[in-house]
Amino acid sequence: MSDFRALFASPNFNISESFLPNINLQNQLNWAEEFIQNVVIPRLPEAVASHFPVEIGTVLVMFACAGIFVGLVPLLPLVLVLAERKVSARFQNRTGPMRVGPWGTLQTLADGVKLIFKEDFIPPQGDKFLFLLAPYIIFACSFAVFAAIPFSQGILVSDFNIGIFYIMAISSVIVMGVIMAGWSSNSKWSLLGSLRSAAQIVSYEIPLGLSILTVVMLVESLSMQEIVASQSNGVFSWLIFRTPFAFIAFFIFFISSIAEVNRTPFDLPEAESEIVAGFHTEYSGMRFALFFIAEYANMFAVSAIAVTLFLGGWEGVLPGYDILGGFPGFVIKSLALVFLMMWLRWTLPRLRVDQLMNLCWKYFIPIAFFNILGTGIWGLIFPEDTLISTAISCAIIYIGLIAAYKVAGRGLAQRPAPQPS
Amino acid sequence: METTPQTESKIIELKPFADEMVVNMGPQHPSTHGVLRLELKLDGEVVREAIPHIGYLHRCFEKHSENLSYPQIIPFTDRMDYVAAMNQNWGFCLAVEKLLEADESKEFEVPERAEYLRVLICELNRIASHLLSFGTYGMDMGAFTPFLYAFRDRERLLLLFEKVCGARLTYNYIRIGGVSEIIPLEPGSIAEQNFLDEIEAFLDYFEPLIDEYNELLTKNSIFSERTTRVAVMSAEMALSYGATGPNLRGSGVDWDLRRDEPYSIYDRFDFDVPVAVDVPELGSVVGDCWSRYKIRMDEMKESIRIVRQILAEGLPGGPVMAELKAVRPPKGEIYFRSEAPRGELGFYIVSDGTPKPVRLKGRSPCFSALSALQELSQGLMVADIIAIIGSIDIVMGEVDR
Repeated sequence: MSDFRALFASPNFNISESFLPNINLQNQLNWAEEFIQNVVIPRLPEAVASHFPVEIGTVLVMFACAGIFVGLVPLLPLVLVLAERKVSARFQNRTGPMRVGPWGTLQTLADGVKLIFKEDFIPPQGDKFLFLLAPYIIFACSFAVFAAIPFSQGILVSDFNIGIFYIMAISSVIVMGVIMAGWSSNSKWSLLGSLRSAAQIVSYEIPLGLSILTVVMLVESLSMQEIVASQSNGVFSWLIFRTPFAFIAFFIFFISSIAEVNRTPFDLPEAESEIVAGFHTEYSGMRFALFFIAEYANMFAVSAIAVTLFLGGWEGVLPGYDILGGFPGFVIKSLALVFLMMWLRWTLPRLRVDQLMNLCWKYFIPIAFFNILGTGIWGLIFPEDTLISTAISCAIIYIGLIAAYKVAGRGLAQRPAPQPS
Repeated sequence: METTPQTESKIIELKPFADEMVVNMGPQHPSTHGVLRLELKLDGEVVREAIPHIGYLHRCFEKHSENLSYPQIIPFTDRMDYVAAMNQNWGFCLAVEKLLEADESKEFEVPERAEYLRVLICELNRIASHLLSFGTYGMDMGAFTPFLYAFRDRERLLLLFEKVCGARLTYNYIRIGGVSEIIPLEPGSIAEQNFLDEIEAFLDYFEPLIDEYNELLTKNSIFSERTTRVAVMSAEMALSYGATGPNLRGSGVDWDLRRDEPYSIYDRFDFDVPVAVDVPELGSVVGDCWSRYKIRMDEMKESIRIVRQILAEGLPGGPVMAELKAVRPPKGEIYFRSEAPRGELGFYIVSDGTPKPVRLKGRSPCFSALSALQELSQGLMVADIIAIIGSIDIVMGEVDR
């Protein structure tokens, strides 16, 4: 144990540099070690103190961070499930849950308790091991993503230098859990759902990755904190407005991430009206709840990533002022995107499998490649991000939006005026 | 095939290189509109064959009717197409009335007021039925919200039906020789005026909403992508399968019994029969799922026109029931068809002069349309099967009877 610090410092296992370069967290770790050194060890008996590892402070802080995240992040789905039900209810002229707690605020909790007490059904002819493992893989992966999301200057588990790459990698593992769940259920609907999911997630990873590449080209870093730091000069320094290509990339990223988290109009893996409930048809009780929690955690995670990459992260709207900045600003921006996802879900029908694939392979991937090319050319023309380049970019985006409205939005103008009922 | 699902799955596992997977869609599937069971032979997502198995809701309606007097059969017709029960009542009563007319010794006539009430209520029921079809079709396609909008509006109609007959789903309102008097609606009374005012208020509220629903779902590009050019039923095919109603008009055949074989007082009203045409801007061709769906949306507007004409004329006074001592048709047989929301609803009745029919056969429009499913679904995808079932708008209660 005593050469724990040496392990940290050794070039072979360089946690402190490759995984924890964030100054704030490093400071916390040092603080924890100093606390052990100065406060705990003098109070210990002589025999124990001489062998007491100072590094246990680091480990404790790591566990505390993990504990806080594992404890707090599940609260997020709790809120989001209720929000989804309330939002959908408002869209549909209903009130949503109203019985449990004031305005039904405890409904999700009640549902969770109900799910815990339900029978834990395991298909007798299925693959039991994989069946039990699948929900945990999905759950763990969707929560591991949160480790790299910078909620604010200080609130993040760890600032990897490969943060966005880590997120891409971890979120791709989810599809393994989905396939496991579908295969091990020994149900044809589950199998169909999981194969749909596999095809969908693998396809949409590509435009997702390519649009992230656009950002990485602009920032020249994979670190999430550095991506945020490059957007610190107010709303027009946000990457979405930096170049017209980043603007397109944002939409490709957002739509692809809707497909990644299996929500309408891309909810084919769990299309209720076609394949019953897709890959989690056979799951019940808490295992089903894990899928459910993971889905909502994922939804927030992709919104948070979109905010970090394109919408300034935790940086505010105005340079120097903390409007829509910091932790509250970050959460508000992320929740706005989550609301957008809910809005889409309760408005749009579902695509068919071949149309889904067409959208990805025939439109998104070529456009994403075009974006990368465009970003490169833009970088050649404007090597430095100046006022002029931002102004030109915003002008192009504005003209493009008006053109898009003229072409695609003709139906919007002919809407009949709403009649009083 | 007398194989249980378990042995079937074993057969498939024994053939690891088989490219077909047999899937049971239904009878407890979220979107087979009741208890339809489809045996799907899938090659990946592509459907090689879809064999419909019906009969899960068979209640021996026809055999049962042979032991009941004619007025007692009316509640059984409610349970056929339970989302358009008024029209089912009417179809049966029309057939019996036609049979009674053959007996010249007992002359009777359905009162004018009853005819108006029948048309009024049945057209409102047609709107309710098409609303349900619209809502569930949206849900089949993955859009949940139109479903609840449709139910919100249907609720107002159900409240209206409750006012005239006390029931919300199985009405038993239209009787042989007139309509039910359980809740009296005196001519010229305040109750009648309130009832008509409420209908007018509903129409004023609902008419602009149809356009809104068209914006929300019909013209939605994902929805039209999913439904246009899918499962095209040609006019010949529709005729050969005996598809009727919106399914037939969706294939471009201009045929509506209300106009072409006018019964009751339909010849007094001015209405159009919507027939499918190609819609190039959405990519729709005549006979596809979208056309069949669109016909229903357009028919709601025509129903509103008919109801508005009745409201403008006002209900005539007089009794609502013909003076019929006993329903005892003369010896003979009759086939009478009427235009129910789902198509041609026919009743074939053989009478031997007793108060009970010797044989009664219901001609179900859904059954005929459903029989086309097997041919329509060849080579499409699983999601398209749902689109077809929704677009031919089946009610299993009527298919199985």
